[in-house]
Amino acid sequence: MALIEPTLDTSPAVSDEVRKTTCYMCACRCGINVHLKDGKVAYIEGNRDHPVNKGVLCAKGSSGIMQVNAPSRLRAPLKRTGPRGSGEFEEISWDEALELATKRLDPVRKSAPEKLAFFTGRDQSQSFTSFWAQNFGTPNYAAHGGFCSVNMATAGIYTMGGAFWEFGQPDWDRTKLFMIFGVAEDHDSNPIKMGLGKLKGNGGKVIGVNPIRSGYNAIADEWVGITPGTDGLFILSLVHVLLKIGKIDLGYLSQFTNAPCLLNEDPSSPNHGLVLRDADDKPLVIDRATGKPAPFDQKGVRPNLAATYELDGKTHRTVFQHMAERYLSDEYSPEAVEERCGISAGRIRAIAAELARVAFEESFELNQPWTDFRGERHDKMIGRPVSFHAMRGISAHCNGFQTCRALHVLQILLGTVEVPGGFRFKPPYPKPVEAHPTPHCHSKPDCPLDGPHLGFVRGPDDLALKEDGTPARIDKAFTWDNPMSAHGLMHMVISNAHAGDPYKIDTLFLYMANMAWNSSMNTRGVMEMLTDKDENGDYVIPNIIYSDAYSSEMVAYADLVLPDTTYLERHDCISLLDRPICEADGAADAIRWPVIEPDRDVRGFQSVLVDLGVRLGLPGFVNEDGSAKYKDYADYIVNHQRRPGIGPLAGFRGEDGTQFGRGEVNPDQLDKYIENGGFFVEHVPEEATFYKPWNQAYQDWAVKLGFYDKPQPYLFQLYVEPLRRFQLAAEGHGDRQPPEHLREQIKEKMDPLPIWYPALEDAHADEKDYPVHALTQRPMAMYHSWGSQNAWLRQIHGQNPLYIPNKIWAENEFQEGDWAKVTSIHGEITVPVAHMAALNDDTVWTWNAIGKRKGAWALDETAPEATKGFLLNHLIHELLPPKGDGLRWANSDPITGQAAWFDLRVRIEKADPPTESQPEFPAIKSPVGKGPKIVRQKVRL
Amino acid sequence: MHPAPSVIVFTVLSGLGFGFLAWLGLGLPAVTGWTAFFCYALGFASAVGGLIASTFHLGNPQRALKAFSQWQTSWLSREAWLSVLALTFMGLYAIGAVFFDTLIAPLGLIGAIFCVATVFATAMIYAQLATIPRWNHWLTPVHLVSLSLAGGAVLAQHGKAALLLLAIAGVVQALHWVLGDRRFAERGHTTETATGLGDLGSVRLYEPPHTGTNYLLKEMVYIVGRKHSQKLRVIGFAGMIVVPAAVLVLLPAGLVSTATAILFFLLGTFASRWLFFAEAKHVVGLYYSARNT
Amino acid sequence: MTQLPAQTDKKLGLVIDLDTCVGCHACVTACKGWNTENYGAPLSDIDPYSGDPVGSFLNRVHSFEVQPTAGPAQTIHMPKSCLHCDDAPCVTVCPTGASYKRQEDGIVLVNEDACIGCGLCAWACPYGARELDQAEGVMKKCTLCVDRIYNENLPEEDRVPACVRTCPAGARHFGDFADPDSNVSRLTKERGGMDLMPEQGTSPVNKYLPPRPKDTMKELDASAPQLTPVVDGPKGLLGWLDKALEAI
Ligand SMILES: Nc1nc2c(c(=O)[nH]1)N[C@H]1C(S)=C(S)[C@@H](COP(=O)(O)OP(=O)(O)OC[C@H]3O[C@@H](n4cnc5c(=O)[nH]c(N)nc54)[C@H](O)[C@@H]3O)O[C@H]1N2
Ligand SMILES: Nc1nc2c(c(=O)[nH]1)N[C@H]1C(S)=C(S)[C@@H](COP(=O)(O)OP(=O)(O)OC[C@H]3O[C@@H](n4cnc5c(=O)[nH]c(N)nc54)[C@H](O)[C@@H]3O)O[C@H]1N2
Ligand code: SF4
Ligand code: SF4
Ligand code: SF4
Ligand code: SF4
Ligand code: SF4
Ligand SMILES: [Mo]
Repeated sequence: MALIEPTLDTSPAVSDEVRKTTCYMCACRCGINVHLKDGKVAYIEGNRDHPVNKGVLCAKGSSGIMQVNAPSRLRAPLKRTGPRGSGEFEEISWDEALELATKRLDPVRKSAPEKLAFFTGRDQSQSFTSFWAQNFGTPNYAAHGGFCSVNMATAGIYTMGGAFWEFGQPDWDRTKLFMIFGVAEDHDSNPIKMGLGKLKGNGGKVIGVNPIRSGYNAIADEWVGITPGTDGLFILSLVHVLLKIGKIDLGYLSQFTNAPCLLNEDPSSPNHGLVLRDADDKPLVIDRATGKPAPFDQKGVRPNLAATYELDGKTHRTVFQHMAERYLSDEYSPEAVEERCGISAGRIRAIAAELARVAFEESFELNQPWTDFRGERHDKMIGRPVSFHAMRGISAHCNGFQTCRALHVLQILLGTVEVPGGFRFKPPYPKPVEAHPTPHCHSKPDCPLDGPHLGFVRGPDDLALKEDGTPARIDKAFTWDNPMSAHGLMHMVISNAHAGDPYKIDTLFLYMANMAWNSSMNTRGVMEMLTDKDENGDYVIPNIIYSDAYSSEMVAYADLVLPDTTYLERHDCISLLDRPICEADGAADAIRWPVIEPDRDVRGFQSVLVDLGVRLGLPGFVNEDGSAKYKDYADYIVNHQRRPGIGPLAGFRGEDGTQFGRGEVNPDQLDKYIENGGFFVEHVPEEATFYKPWNQAYQDWAVKLGFYDKPQPYLFQLYVEPLRRFQLAAEGHGDRQPPEHLREQIKEKMDPLPIWYPALEDAHADEKDYPVHALTQRPMAMYHSWGSQNAWLRQIHGQNPLYIPNKIWAENEFQEGDWAKVTSIHGEITVPVAHMAALNDDTVWTWNAIGKRKGAWALDETAPEATKGFLLNHLIHELLPPKGDGLRWANSDPITGQAAWFDLRVRIEKADPPTESQPEFPAIKSPVGKGPKIVRQKVRL
Repeated sequence: MHPAPSVIVFTVLSGLGFGFLAWLGLGLPAVTGWTAFFCYALGFASAVGGLIASTFHLGNPQRALKAFSQWQTSWLSREAWLSVLALTFMGLYAIGAVFFDTLIAPLGLIGAIFCVATVFATAMIYAQLATIPRWNHWLTPVHLVSLSLAGGAVLAQHGKAALLLLAIAGVVQALHWVLGDRRFAERGHTTETATGLGDLGSVRLYEPPHTGTNYLLKEMVYIVGRKHSQKLRVIGFAGMIVVPAAVLVLLPAGLVSTATAILFFLLGTFASRWLFFAEAKHVVGLYYSARNT
Repeated sequence: MTQLPAQTDKKLGLVIDLDTCVGCHACVTACKGWNTENYGAPLSDIDPYSGDPVGSFLNRVHSFEVQPTAGPAQTIHMPKSCLHCDDAPCVTVCPTGASYKRQEDGIVLVNEDACIGCGLCAWACPYGARELDQAEGVMKKCTLCVDRIYNENLPEEDRVPACVRTCPAGARHFGDFADPDSNVSRLTKERGGMDLMPEQGTSPVNKYLPPRPKDTMKELDASAPQLTPVVDGPKGLLGWLDKALEAI
């Protein structure tokens, strides 16, 4: 019998207009098609043409509509009326707000610019914000990298001129074995997922090294549930085995790395441990053809890895020999490390053997001739289909820099960096340390800083110290405490400003960083520092200005709040000068533009900075006559030039918009970007796709695009000389000398060859009292704190249990629904627990930043985020416990200052269920009221 | 399953009402005039009251008429038809009895059959659901029909029939509980079969799809403590079977005994019916519960 | 009509690859985004900013843990939406005819204009694929994006379900199971695509590809052939190096 079915319209109109811009539900920056129905956002999908996401979107990106309509959006500038932290504000006009800011900042700049500390969080316009800070003249500027993953960045740059993070990627199409260390999500959210899918489709295998088996590690073919903090040891043991069985790429090592460079072995020499150089400062190698020294880049030179060279009585031996000596020693044998790493010796050997097998037996060739920097023509590109990726799991430890170094050394020994099937850099990387600036910190009243704030120190001379040797920066970046802190130490700013160590400041200016909550270590302490008053009843940190778009926890602690727009309501520039959206095969940048107009009295923060810059008369922002250089940020994006012909956007330059990289200003540039889908991409020429650091074709292309002004070929630094220079200082050489209390630390930790050492916290927190490692992970469907205001996403992650492994679950006789008291050397929390078997025996974990402060984010005070959710941050201090020497020792990597989030160790006990997770904090008053009772999202025409 | 008051009231009252009407339809007792008026009022009130209650759990009751369309396949649709037919025939029969002192036996007979059929159809709505093993059993219709007729018999003041039917309903209820307790396991539904991952090892949910609740959890995943259900079973059984039977035996037949008996019967049936839902485990729970039960 | 078609001309559905799904929930919100704006009433969220938010979703991702007899536990993410069963009990129980399975492509849909919101179809579904919208009082379920897959206002390549289009890992595949050569038929054959709760006899159209075998790497002891040392101690290494370098 024929069935009667209702007739359906299977071709409804999708929208009346599509506007293409860039997602900002996280820092991955995918391209999005925003579908509008009579001017309202109706639907958001991925842009198929976009280099980053090729059409896909993650859970956050697909929920953008709930962010743009969130009740938590700030509505107008706010002036504090109640005490700090109360959340009591009055809405004021922009004129009043900007006047207030100017009145406060102008005298600071005229008297002591360093008394302004300007730090930014999730922001993606660092080349612009730093430009502003530089013109203001304060040395106290940085973004959040210091507590994020600076270890990864610095280790990468110092070792190979590029890093993991989102600055490189595996050759997803060709790699056969992919080993991923300590990644839950990373900034490359969608590309990694797309890559994993592709790799699995090609029959590739994944080895996941992670104490927790979730997400990427859930689909890994092999799971290595390592003990937190021991990756360095594990990796160096793999190196031990590979050296022992001779499975290393000798050709690669001798041609492209400093393995054949010669180290001075005379302990008495001021150059002890430094690389032998010729008159024009070029590292020398011994040519196997002649047996004589020759500059590393000489045409036809065949560097000898095994050479020993005597020069006026001083023995010089190759870096490679030093490495062999160190890593062949038994302290790195699988047996020696297995217990500590929680990985059996047999497993370590098996993994090493598999890496070797795939790298050398599944090696292949691409018929792509290329010419190296020595002028030698190669008729093939040799593939080594092993690739690696890693992120905060190895970097957010106090031994993270050396661990990341160890991993890069492993990659390089296997010859799998910048080769087919291996790890590839994304332009503008690779870029050697020499191509990066050094830090600048010399501030004078009423005048710009002497140069960019952040950079890469080559040695003690580049440290940011005042004449008297005290730190020039409020966060003590680039000091003997952490010489290579290339991203600054945002996690120390509030703590140091409160302690007046190294000095007091006037204004703390924060942008897009929830420092009063999930962004800070020792959250309760930070809230106290922000509200603490001195003897005459004034706030110890006198003035706080903050820009946020939503009613976050941090808003409540500001004296003046500058409300930003949402990401669909403003211009943004994702620039090659900053953190671009490039893929290995192409240089790309992108914009955001107002696809809808704000329905509130809010302004894009960068435009507000432009305005402030004019009001303060900052050189970069006003012409001679004091008139404004730029009308707003959009105007800056188009007309600003860093170097002649080089601006924030590389695409559609020149009068007619046909040039890229270098070219005159094009007044219609933004329209061109919009026409092109909001982005620009220029593909790497075929011949330049691999061997980028040594490939002439790539070097020339990079110069053409303006990444640097002349070709910059270089050798991978297995041995990092700048580290050695700091050791030399600690050994007493040179006139810039470290303070006594740091000599030993520098000698020990700043080893120019990768080492492993246990967490510094271990020296304080007894393993018996605090036997358990406690970690956090990014939920794929949440972005830090800001996902909880999203009606859809918060239903997925509305609270976060503490996940407990079998052993601890059984020991405590836990049941579903139980609570536990979790104690660290620093603090105590009481939280709900849940059971997870696919978890390292001595590790517990929870999702990051789900816990919320009552009253924030326009959520009801009964929100599970506030009553059952929690932060691990209460257990993590920004300082190590006092050593009794009166000094404040940061809980950071002693080389880079990277916040050591994951060194945390705790004790777990079953607890009687409290009414709410502990600690509990009083509610903050919502400056935007509460959300509606019901949402029925649909654009009704 | 969530023991929603609307469905409990619906099944209990309509069950009793149609049971009573069925007896009346058979002319047992062959009441007429005012007595008939009160009897039918009571019968219709409880049957129709129940039906009205059932509409409270509809999302769009204003469209209720559409529920008559699918009688070929849907037990709910059939129940709708049967209840209307039952009420119509019994209505006509009642008019005869109340206003014309005449009992048109064929009308009553057909009406009675439709009354029982209605209760049977109601039962089949639950019994047909393979997703709820406890209900998905031939005993479920027997359970509801026997109770309906027993209750009806009590109201109809058929001491002997009532006792017999209460006995039967009691046995069936006991069986339904005992067999029901094993049913889920017998069907072999486990988290392993639900996920198809059984070949790999033992399976448990480690993270639910959402930390909050949703319609499925509110409607279909209801946890009732063992002790609690045992207590209610005793109360239910006593109220529904034992006490009414005792009353009928010990108290002299008459309004008082009928009233007391039916009062306890109703209380007991409400308890039993609450358990009928609360104890019914839906297989969807396998996708939501951490423990593999 | 709530009678099931004897058989359908096409058998459209999804293949979900449990070996590739990373549990990112993208398909969950992409589904919500498309379907709240399109087919039928919006997918409401009740008390969305309160202590107990309850929203309608047509697709949800469960995370399971498997403990093999030997080896470490595994984590498996399992997205779940309507499986568009051939013997769909949700259809036959429906009293109003609102719930039906399309003759032409086998998609199981709810005609919201006819739905009284009795919830019986949700009771009849073993998989929790139907949610009664608390604001609209009508039954909500996966539409297989029937208003995308034939939508002439969308470019050809976009005529796939929203969840499939957005899945970053490419773990979701859409196609016609009636066609033995379709991508979904081939995947199901090659990878042993399976049914959920087959004992319910619903014969689902959607198939799940089981995870590939995990943690199969054998431990090696030092004597394993592939681990034969080329050197004992650093000095020996130099000798080997000279030979090896000559060979290059
Ligand atoms: N326990 C633990 N703590 C951690 C980490 C961890 O792994 N474990 N990770 C650390 C790391 S790596 C980081 S990067 C930090 C991240 O922490 P934060 O940098 O604080 O990041 P969010 O909390 O996501 O966002 C900061 C603020 O940006 C605001 N915001 C969002 N969109 C906009 C906008 O368009 N304009 C403006 N002006 N503001 C906006 C949000 O409302 C929020 O208040 O957390 C750190 N904290
Ligand atoms: N969805 C989403 N994406 C994000 C963010 C977000 O909030 N949400 N935040 C963005 C930001 S600011 C950052 S910095 C990146 C960070 O990206 P990730 O580095 O992926 O961030 P985490 O979640 O901190 O992941 C740390 C991982 O390392 C593991 N781990 C911890 N200690 C160790 C160890 O000692 N050894 C090993 N091998 N593993 C270890 C943890 O189990 C966890 O899986 O993500 C970015 N992307
Ligand atoms: S990963 Fe997700 S949230 Fe981040 S930019 Fe891409 S789509 Fe947006
Ligand atoms: S989008 Fe893809 S990977 Fe993410 S949960 Fe859904 S199916 Fe899995
Ligand atoms: S999955 Fe559930 S709703 Fe979908 S067809 Fe099968 S039974 Fe019906
Ligand atoms: S809820 Fe709607 S679709 Fe489901 S059975 Fe009832 S009427 Fe049919
Ligand atoms: S097919 Fe469409 S409706 Fe079904 S789950 Fe995917 S997106 Fe949702
Ligand atoms: Mo970060």
